[in-house]
Order: sequence, then C-alpha cells, then structure tokens
Amino acid sequence: MKWAETSVKNNGTALNKRKNRLKALLTEIYKHRVAYFLVAPFAAVFITFTIIPVLMSIGLSFTYFNMLEAPKFIGFENYRNLFLVDDIFLTSVRNTFVLAIVTGPIGYMAALLCAWFINELPPKIRAFMVLVFYAPSISGSVYLIWGVVFSGDAYGYLNGFLLDFGLINEPSKWLSDPAYMMSSIIVVVLWMSLGAGFLAFIAGLQGVDKTMYEAGYVDGIRNRWQELWYITLPAMRPQLMFGAIMSVTTSFAIADQTAQLCGLPSTDYAVHTVVNHLQDYGQQRFEMGYASAIATILFIIMILSNKGIQNLLKKVGR
Amino acid sequence: MGRKKHKLKHSIRKVLKKRAPNRSLLGDVFILIMLLAIGAFLALPLVLVISNAFKPLDEIFLFPPRFFVRNPTMNNFRDLLVLMSNSWVPFTRYFFNTIFMTAVGTAGHVIVASMAAYALEKHGFPGSKTFFKIIITTLMFSPVVTAIPNYLTMSKIGFLDSYLSIIIPAFGFPLGLFLMKQFMVNVPNSLIESARLDGASEWKILWKVVMPMVKPAWLTLVIFSFQGLWNATGGTYIYSEELKTLPYALNQIRLGGIARQGTGAAVQLLMLIVPVTMFIITQSNIIETMASSGLKE
Repeated sequence: MKWAETSVKNNGTALNKRKNRLKALLTEIYKHRVAYFLVAPFAAVFITFTIIPVLMSIGLSFTYFNMLEAPKFIGFENYRNLFLVDDIFLTSVRNTFVLAIVTGPIGYMAALLCAWFINELPPKIRAFMVLVFYAPSISGSVYLIWGVVFSGDAYGYLNGFLLDFGLINEPSKWLSDPAYMMSSIIVVVLWMSLGAGFLAFIAGLQGVDKTMYEAGYVDGIRNRWQELWYITLPAMRPQLMFGAIMSVTTSFAIADQTAQLCGLPSTDYAVHTVVNHLQDYGQQRFEMGYASAIATILFIIMILSNKGIQNLLKKVGR
Repeated sequence: MGRKKHKLKHSIRKVLKKRAPNRSLLGDVFILIMLLAIGAFLALPLVLVISNAFKPLDEIFLFPPRFFVRNPTMNNFRDLLVLMSNSWVPFTRYFFNTIFMTAVGTAGHVIVASMAAYALEKHGFPGSKTFFKIIITTLMFSPVVTAIPNYLTMSKIGFLDSYLSIIIPAFGFPLGLFLMKQFMVNVPNSLIESARLDGASEWKILWKVVMPMVKPAWLTLVIFSFQGLWNATGGTYIYSEELKTLPYALNQIRLGGIARQGTGAAVQLLMLIVPVTMFIITQSNIIETMASSGLKE
C-alpha cells in the first residue's frame, strides 16, 4: 500500500516537472517571438526548397525509381550494389578524394594568402587586383580557353609551346590520355579555386580591428607572418570557417570541369568523379533511386571531412 | 620634367611611409611581382573573351590560334544586332526578364538572409543552434539530385513557368545566411544592447545598426547572388518563350552554327559586361567602408 502511494507521488512530481519545463520553454519562445518572425521567411523557403528535397532524396535512395513508375522499396540494395558491384563508383570515389585532397587545401591557402597580400595594396590597385583574381569565376567561357590550351594536337597552346622548346617530340593528349588527364584537371580546378572563399576573405580582412595591429607592434610582433598568425587570422575566424566549408563543398563536388573538358564518361574513367557518376545515373539513365544513394554517400563523406576541418581550424592562432 | 620627377619621388616616399612598420621592402616587392604573375595567368579568359569579340571571322578560325586580335572589327556586334531584331520575341523582353529576376532575387536574398542571420546570431532563441546546424549540413548535399524533388514541389504549388520558380528559391539559398551570420559574429553585443535601451525596435536595430556594420558582407553577397541569377537560364522550370532569360536567348544565337562563332564571341562579351560592372561598383564600395568603419568594441 505504501509502495503504491509513493509511486503515485513520484509520478505526480515528474509530471509537474515536465509541465514546468514546457511552460518555461513556451515563455522562452514567446519572449523571442520577434526572432521567429525574422527567421520565418527564410525558413519557409529553405524548408520547401532545400530540406524537403534532401529528405526526399535520402528516402528515394532506398527505392528503385525510374521516374515513370512509382518508387519501389528495395532496402539497402542500391548501397550494396554501389560498394560490391559497381567498380566505376569505387574509381570515382578514389578520383574525388585525389582531387579534393590536392585542390581543397591548396586552393584554400592560395585564396587566403592572395586575399591577404592584395588587401595591403593601395585602394585603387587593390580594387583592380581583386577583379583580376576573381576573373575566372566571373567569365563564363572558362572551359573554352582550357580546351584550346590543352588541345591534343600540335596547335594547342601547351603542345605548341613545349614542341617549340624541344621539350617533347610529339603532341600529348592532355585531356584524353589517362596519364595526363588528372594533372590537367587539377590545374584547371586550382585556377578556378579563388571563388567564394576569396571574396569572403577580402571582405573579412576589412573588418579586422586596426588598433589590434598597433597593440601587436607594441607587444613585439616582428614580421608579417607573426602578425598573420596571432592577429589577423584569429580576428577573422568566422570567415575562415565560411571559406573552409565552401572549400569542402566545391572540392568534393568537382564535376563540370571534368565533364566539359574530358567528356562524360572520360577515357577509362580516369577523371570520373562521384558527382559525374551521379549525373550519369540521375540525368542520363534516369535511375533516381541509385543516383540518390550516390548523393547520400557523398553527403556523408562531406559531413565527416567538414567535421575534421572545423577541428583543425580551432587551432589557429594558438 | 624635373618637377614631375620630384612629384613622383614625393608620392613614392608617401607610399613607403604609409607601410606598416614590420614589413621588409624586399618582401613587399617580391610579393607584388608574384601577385602580378598569378594575376596575369588568372585574367587570361577575360582577355580572350574581349579579344575574340573583336576578331574578324578569318582570325577566329586561324590555326594555330592567336590570342590577341590583330585587325579589330565591330562586325560581330553588327551581326548580333541584326540577329536580335529578327527574333520572334522582342529582344528587350529577354533583357527585361533577366534584369527583373536578377534584381528581385538578389534584393530578396539579401534581405531575407540578413533578417534570419541576425535572429540566429544575436537572439539565440530555442532551436536556433539546431536550425543553423541543419543549414550548414545541407550545404554539403549535391544539388543534382534535389532538382527533381524541387520540380515536383514547384508543379504542386504552381510555380512552374513563372518568374516565381527562379525568384522564390533564391531567397532561401543557405549560402547567403551562412555568410551574413559569420560576419555578424563580429558586431559587438553591447552596441545592440544600448540601441535596445534607447528604445529601438529589433527591425530598426537590424537595418540601422547591424547592417551598416556588415556592409562588406552584404556587398559580397550581392556579388554572389547577382552573378548566379544573371546566368540562370530557367532551363527546366520555364517553358514560355516570353518568360525566358537573356542567357537562354543568347545561347540560341551562339548555337546557330559556325557562321555565328563571331557573334557568339560578341554575346559572351555582352553577358560579361553587366556582372563585371556590378563587381567593380560593389568592390569600390567595400573599400570605402574600410575608411568609414572603426566602430568597434
């Protein structure tokens, strides 16, 4: 009898506690109602056109869906096929990692250093240099020029140049010989890499408090590199984070460069990336279930590398 | 002559004086030369586009290809004008469509993203951290696969074949919110607090206090957004000819065959002029804010 009484009592207090917590949450929400109003327009569009499609796509990855018939649930079969049957997928994962590991960090460092150097120039020269450095991202004819440079006959700029100087005896097929394709693509990707991150760094450098530099000189900062590490970089940590995430998303999503220059599929799949594989199944074969499974795996890879990079960035200036 | 020399010496001395105290002259010169070399390499496509637009037909098909134009001509532009006047839908219509979508999309994106970024960064309401984490996470998802769910959604809510299909999704690009929020971290909370004590509404604090302080951020966002929307073809979402965009119309001209290679080059130059002008104006504004800022905690 006694036992039953205490249990009822306990139940009562637990319920009360939960009720109180809910009440506290509601008052907290009410207190911030203006904030919810400010977020609402963005949230509505973002949920409709980003979150729901992403969730739908993850759901579709467990189905067979050819866009004509209703999706058919097949469990993990798409994933099993990707890893056990589809050799080309594994090739594409390897290529994606090679491209991301080479171009990601180099592109990020280049964008940061260039932005930093340019920021110290006098305003007029500075504005001109920013335009020049951002040029590859503005001009749409990016692939046109690289097609001419890497053209496989003696008339391509690179072949013509190398033949002239006697460095090679016959023209190399830069974009169709698997021995050269990867390096050609790396050059093009690096050349295009001064994009969103670069502009954010340029803007971020404007916000660094000038008095901190004066304090730094007094405290005995000796050269520009110490100034960069101890003052500039810690002050623009939010921008560094932005640049890093942009760098992860662009370097793991390389696809246009390979498809435009080397074709889809490229010779021997030498520069076939995960997104190329995704385009192949999603836009050409219309196997949306399989394409969604590819997208989901890339998603997981990108989230993990993003976590790693965020941990690295915490060490800046320490 | 002597006076000019003297003036030059004077200005050089001024530049040298302005330099930060912990820089070596040799380092500065070395870095400048390196920047110029990289810059020349990066600017190649711009130079090629400009040069190609003024090339006569026989130079465009010259082998080996020549980078710079030798006998510049305006023929390509004249041909383009003729082609434009022949098109079925008046060309001004394409132009209006693109300008309209780009302007409204960019303005909306900046406003909507700034509002949300301010609330997320400076209010810390229940659920704000989770929401921001979701935004960052979705940046990692490949847009290739979301295109089809998006198409289905748009057909359900009736956005297909209207300006809305381009404009409304642009308001909610996660990139803009992320950029704005990262810059708002540096706005001192004490400043917002004192504005609040003075009786300013949240709306007023955002537009009169926070936004002027993050001017470089939203100017940068204007560049991204403008560039993306300017090049939007509307491809899968818009089918009515009179709603199509400039890039679509100009692509049609460019794809018109070998004889149109010259006009194609002219088209590329025209498509570039607006974003580049926009970029130059915005960038010079970012530099101006450097002089006016200095409001810090």
